[in-house]
Amino acid sequence: MSLDIKKIRNDFPILNQQVYKKPLVYFDNGATTQKPQVVIDEEAKIYSQENSNIHRGVHYLSEQLTQRYEDARKVVSEFINSAHDYEVVFTSGTTESINAVAFSFGEKYINEGDEIIISSLEHHANIVPWQMVCDREKAVLKVIPINDKGELLLDEYQKLLSPKTKIVAVNHVSNALGTVNDVKRMIDIAHQKDIPVLIDGAQSIQHSKIDVQELDCDFYVFSGHKIYAPNGIGVLYGKEKWLNDMPPFMTGGEMIKKVTFEKTTFNELPFKFEAGTPNYVAAIGLATAIKYVQKLGLENIAAYEKDLLEYATKKLNTIDGLRIIGTAENKISVISFVLENIHHYDAGMIIDKMGVAVRTGHHCAEPLMDFLNIDGTLRASFSFYNTKEEIDKLYDAILTVKQMFS
Amino acid sequence: MTLNEQQDEIIEEFSVFDDWMDKYNYLIDLSKDLPDIDPKYKTQKYLIEGCQSKVWLFAEMDNDKIKYYADSDAIITKGIAALLVRVLSGQKPENIMNNELYFLDKIGLQQNLSPTRSNGLLAMVKQMKLYAIAYNASR
Repeated sequence: MSLDIKKIRNDFPILNQQVYKKPLVYFDNGATTQKPQVVIDEEAKIYSQENSNIHRGVHYLSEQLTQRYEDARKVVSEFINSAHDYEVVFTSGTTESINAVAFSFGEKYINEGDEIIISSLEHHANIVPWQMVCDREKAVLKVIPINDKGELLLDEYQKLLSPKTKIVAVNHVSNALGTVNDVKRMIDIAHQKDIPVLIDGAQSIQHSKIDVQELDCDFYVFSGHKIYAPNGIGVLYGKEKWLNDMPPFMTGGEMIKKVTFEKTTFNELPFKFEAGTPNYVAAIGLATAIKYVQKLGLENIAAYEKDLLEYATKKLNTIDGLRIIGTAENKISVISFVLENIHHYDAGMIIDKMGVAVRTGHHCAEPLMDFLNIDGTLRASFSFYNTKEEIDKLYDAILTVKQMFS
Repeated sequence: MTLNEQQDEIIEEFSVFDDWMDKYNYLIDLSKDLPDIDPKYKTQKYLIEGCQSKVWLFAEMDNDKIKYYADSDAIITKGIAALLVRVLSGQKPENIMNNELYFLDKIGLQQNLSPTRSNGLLAMVKQMKLYAIAYNASR
């Protein structure tokens, strides 16, 4: 089934506007995605008719909304095919999820001299929390290198795994380059040595079907706002055995079973990891967004976005002096590029004035930029609501940039 | 020329441009006019690091006036840096400390000084004022 893009675009009110008197072309989907009307309406409906704190009240509204919050957890659980609902912990986003695992897992299992493996492709959110663990526990951070195309070197990865390795934390898809990593294989390799693996799914959840049981990952984390859901909600999926064994990273209300001044016993999963009032409105919004995506069909989305990527790659490659950074065999719909002798910031400023929203800079992946020996790139990231005509506008905008700065 | 006369002159120059393209082309021209900063000042010590572009800034006293020298790796940033140098360079420290910079707003480029831009320009203005405060105190 092919997607009816015109109809889909009407579901996203923000797309129908002009910036600098030009129709908006939104190519910054890697940073955040826009929200369909059903998600916007859901949030408004909760605040105007249903709002009440969850898990606490015996009253009608509280009970109703608690049920909807737990239903949202079921929707997420089914979406990623976790074995149990309670393996889905709601957080504020990918960053909090990774910090949570780094802290809790680090407290419990990581000691002096132990090793943590990440990759050269990581976002700062999957670097810095592990550096903090290493500082605290006197552990060592090891980094999987990449080749010139921006692909992880799996042979090198295998060599890095040692008896001291306590966890591997890698992204499924690189935010800066779009590389899709063969995480299934990486997980298998780590598991042969009984090493758990965390997958940063911030850039994969919206592009392909994720099955955490099939991947057999120990943790999978993502943000709602990158999959057409509201801001401020994210997911930490963890296998039951880990979540049960790990101490909570945040404490407070709702996560306890019994509190006395002498001792506190923690609540069971997932509540142990959800201290305080969660963002239940956004959690329900996330469920609505997931249902919207499921209705379109992730296979259809993937096929359409692949088509956009191929079209854009071909078209942009015809521009003299343009170099695409990240040419992995397996990529999602992200094109990072640099223009010869033109600073990415200058180019971004002009492209913006042409109504096209792209991201410029190091994309929160400075070590990767250092490795590639560049200051930054321009990044166009496409979603299913984008069109080839919009890619043509980006192409025209780049030609204007070249003309201005030549 | 006083600091405000410099600002007014720039506003006057920009008033002829009715579209953004002319304005940015003019900034590109200005960037070429900015005298090259001595390479010995294009070092880490004088670097103002923005997330998006880098700015180098150096200042010295020339009698009772401050002279600024700036550079950037991005051309548009450099063009705006050239405007800032034109307005503030050759002024007395107290004038730099006490006068408000209004010209960027008037020529529609204030957004370039927004903290969210992270191009180093906002930090550059702060640094220019800090030089003025330091020189003023040391006199």
